Amino acid sequence: MVNEDVILRFEHISKVFPGVKALDDISFDIHRGEVHVLLGENGAGKSTLIKILTGVYGADEGRILLNSQEVKPTGILESRALGIGTVFQENSLVPHLTVAENIFLSREIKNKANLIDWKKTYVECERWTKGLGVDIDPRIQVRRLSVAEQQIVEIAKILSQEPSIIILDEPTSTLSNNEINNLFNIINKLKEEKEITFIYISHRMEEIKYIGDRATVLRDGKYIGLVPDLNEANLDDIIKMIVGRTLDEKFPKRDVEVGEVLFEAKNLTVNKTIYDVSFNVRSGEVLGLAGLVGCGRTSTAKAIIGMLPKEKGKIRMEGKTVTINTPNDAIKLGIGYLPEDRKREGLLLDKPIRENITLPVLNKFKRMGLLSKAMESRTVMEYKEILSIKTPSIERKAKYLSGGNQQKVVFSKWLCAKTKLYIFDEPTRGIDVGSKSEIYRIINDLAAEGAAIIVISSELPEILGVCDRIVVMCEGRVTGEIGAGEATQEKIMKFAIGGVV
Amino acid sequence: MIWEIKTKKELAFTNKPWVSAILPLIILFVSMSIIKTDTFLTTSNIMNILRQSSTYAIMAVGMTFPIITGGIDLSQGSLLAVVAIVVGMVIRDTGNILLAVIAGLAIGVVIGTLNGVVIAFLGMPPFIMTLGTMRALRGVALLLTKGSPIDIKLESFRFMGTESLLGIPIPAYIFVLVAIAAQFILSKTSTGRFIFALGSNMEAAKISGVRTNWNRIKAYMISGICVAIASVLYISRLGSAQPIAGEGYELEAVAAAVIGGTSIVGGEGSAIGSIIGAVVVALIRNAMVLMQVSTYWQSIVIGLVIVVSVSIDIIRKRIESRRVN
Ligand SMILES: Nc1ncnc2c1ncn2[C@@H]1O[C@H](COP(=O)(O)OP(=O)(O)OP(=O)(O)O)[C@@H](O)[C@H]1O
Ligand SMILES: [Mg+2]
Repeated sequence: MVNEDVILRFEHISKVFPGVKALDDISFDIHRGEVHVLLGENGAGKSTLIKILTGVYGADEGRILLNSQEVKPTGILESRALGIGTVFQENSLVPHLTVAENIFLSREIKNKANLIDWKKTYVECERWTKGLGVDIDPRIQVRRLSVAEQQIVEIAKILSQEPSIIILDEPTSTLSNNEINNLFNIINKLKEEKEITFIYISHRMEEIKYIGDRATVLRDGKYIGLVPDLNEANLDDIIKMIVGRTLDEKFPKRDVEVGEVLFEAKNLTVNKTIYDVSFNVRSGEVLGLAGLVGCGRTSTAKAIIGMLPKEKGKIRMEGKTVTINTPNDAIKLGIGYLPEDRKREGLLLDKPIRENITLPVLNKFKRMGLLSKAMESRTVMEYKEILSIKTPSIERKAKYLSGGNQQKVVFSKWLCAKTKLYIFDEPTRGIDVGSKSEIYRIINDLAAEGAAIIVISSELPEILGVCDRIVVMCEGRVTGEIGAGEATQEKIMKFAIGGVV
Repeated sequence: MIWEIKTKKELAFTNKPWVSAILPLIILFVSMSIIKTDTFLTTSNIMNILRQSSTYAIMAVGMTFPIITGGIDLSQGSLLAVVAIVVGMVIRDTGNILLAVIAGLAIGVVIGTLNGVVIAFLGMPPFIMTLGTMRALRGVALLLTKGSPIDIKLESFRFMGTESLLGIPIPAYIFVLVAIAAQFILSKTSTGRFIFALGSNMEAAKISGVRTNWNRIKAYMISGICVAIASVLYISRLGSAQPIAGEGYELEAVAAAVIGGTSIVGGEGSAIGSIIGAVVVALIRNAMVLMQVSTYWQSIVIGLVIVVSVSIDIIRKRIESRRVN
C-alpha cells in the first residue's frame, strides 16, 4: 500500500530483553501531521519502541521506514539529524549545566568571533520556556529546578530544535493543568501550521482524547489495535483495549470512619519557600495537597520529614509535639514520604528491586540479627504481585524496569514500611490506568486500617477522586481548604492562583 | 527458591564484581607456575607471598568501605606509620602487648572517626579531608620519632608477624579473618546494606531513612580499624617502625580494591574482591623479583594491571547491560 500520507512506518519490529519479549512483531503507520498516541500498560513496550526509533536500542527484527526510506539510526544524534526530536520519559538534562546551556547543548549560538553569544542564547531560551507559559531563569542550574520545571526545559529543548517528528514520552506526568494547556496549544499550532508529526505517550486518559488524533494500543509487547479517531472513540473501549478487560470504577469508594487528628503541622516555615503552613490529618482520612507547580507542596512534605530545615513551626504526631531533623526520625515516628522524583530521590537504580523495597525498614528482615534474603524476597514478592510489577525477577536492577514499574517499586517501598502517616507525592506518576485504580484501592485500605494519608498531585481528577479534604497552596502559603463534597476543579484553581472564592 | 524463577542473567557470573580480578590472578599464577616452577611453586614462596600481601590486603579491605560510599581514604598510609610508632613506643616503654594493641586500635578508630565526621557533617570532599589527615599524620609520625626508627625486640610480640601455624603464616589467618568479618558486615548486616545504598544514591537513601551521616562515619572508622590491624602485623613482622612507613600504601590499597571490582564512584564492591586484588599485586611483585626484573618495571606492570582489570570490569558491566538491553 502506497500512501503519501505515511511519514513513518514500523514493520514487524521485535525486541527481546532477557526474560521479557518487550516488542513482538509490531507494525503500524504514522501519518504526517497527526498526533499519534501510543497506549499500553506499564511495561507494554511503548518506551522501547521509541528507543528503537531513536536508535538507543537496535531492533532484533523488523525495520523502520521514514518517508518510505529505511532508516536505522544508531543514536540520538543520528535520529536528530533525521528530524526526530525526543523528550524521553526519564530526564536527560545535564544537572550541573544551566537551563540555557542545556537547551542549546551542542547547538550553541555563536557570534562573529565564534564565541558563544550569551545574550542571544538567553533571549532565545526565554522565548521557548515562556512559550510554555513558565518563567524560568535561563542562568539557573538545572538541578535546582523542580521536576516539573525540568520537564518544561526538556520540552523546550526539543521544540527549539524544530524537528519534523516530535516524540513525547509521558510529557505531562509531572505537569499541572496550566503548563499542560500551554503545551497542547503549542502542539496544535505546530501541527496545523508546520505539519509537524507527534508521537505521544501518556497514561492520562482525559488528555489523550483531547490532544490525540489516532492511537495505537500495545499490550505485553504485542500490537492490539488502532483507534482510528480518538475524538469519536469511547474511553471505556480504549481502556478495555489497553488492559484487556473492563475496569470497574476508576476511583473505588471508600467507606471509612474518620478518626482522631493523627498529624498536625503548625506554622511550618522554610526559608524563602513556605510560610506558616498549618493543617492537620486525621486517622482514616485522605488529605489532598493541591496547587500549581512550585507552590510549595513538595517543600512542605520535605520540611515535615526533615529533608528541609524548618525555620519555624511545630509538628504534632498523635497529640505529642515531636522533633524531626532527618527522614530517619520521621520514619521512626511513623511518617513515610514517597518522593516525586523517582530517579533522583526514590530509587537505587543500580540495586535490585528487592533491596529498594526493603530499605526503609531493613531491620524487619533479620533472623538472629542477620539480614535474611529469604525473608526479604518473600515480602517483596507479595508487593510484586499486589502491584503487578512487571519483571522477570526481583533481583533485577531497578534501572532496567519501565518507568511505571519503577514507580510501583517506590510505592511498594512505602507500603512495606507500614507507617502511620503516608505522604504520597505524585503517587501515580507514570502509572497505567489499570494499576492506578489498584493504587487508589490500596490508599483506601490504608485509610481503613487507620492510617492518615496526604496525597500531593497535579492531576486534579485524582485529588478530587481520592481525597476527603483538600488543602490548596499558593506561593508557599495555604490559601484554602475544601471538603470533598463541595470541591470542584474551579474552586481548587481559584485558591491555587491565590484568589478567594 | 521456589517462589522465583531466576533468569540466566541474574545467575550469571558476570554479576559478581570481583570476577575481573580472578582472571589476572589465574593468569599470573598459572604462568608463573609454568615459567618458574622451581622457585615460584614452593611452599615457602607461596607463604611468603601471603605474608607480604597481608598488610596490603587488610588495608584494601578497609579501603573498600569508604570507596563504596563514593569516597576514599588517603590517610591510610600515614595512619599505618603513626599506629606502628605508637605500638612500638608502648611496647618499648611498658612491655605490655595488650596495651599497645589497644592503643593502636584506638588511634585507628579516632582518626577514622575524625575523617568520617568532617566528611559527613561538614560535607568536605573525602579526597581533600583524607589528603589533609594524610599529610598531618605523616608529620605526627616524624615528630613522635624525631625522624629515627623505633625498634622492637620483644619476641612474644614479633611472633605474630613472623611465625606460622600449621605451616601457614599467622598474618594470613588474620587477613582471612578480617576479610570474612568485612564481607559479613557488607552482605549480612544493615550497616553494610546502608553503606551500599548511600554510595549508590545518597538522596534516595536519606529519604528512605538511612542515617547517611552516621553510616558514612562508620565506613571511615572501619577503614581506620583495618589500618590499625594491618599496622600491628606490619611492625610485628618487621620489628621496626619507621616514620616513613606505609608511604604510598593507600594507593596500593586503592589499586587492590579497584582491581577487585570495587567501583570508584561508589555503590559497588566486595571485601573478597579487594583481597584478591591485593594478592594479585603481591603476586606481581613476587614474580618480578623471581624473574629478576628491576623494581622500576614493577610499577609499570602494576599500573598496567590496574588499567586491564578495570577494563575487564567495564566490559563486564557492558555485557551485563547488553544482556539486559
Ligand atoms: N534496558 C532494559 N533492560 C531489560 N528490560 C527492559 C529494559 N528496558 C525495558 N525493559 C523491559 O521491557 C518491557 C517494556 O518496557 P518499556 O519501558 O518499553 O515499557 P513502557 O510501555 O514504556 O512502560 P511505562 O508505561 O511503565 O513507561 C518491560 O517489561 C521492561 O521491564
Ligand atoms: Mg515508558
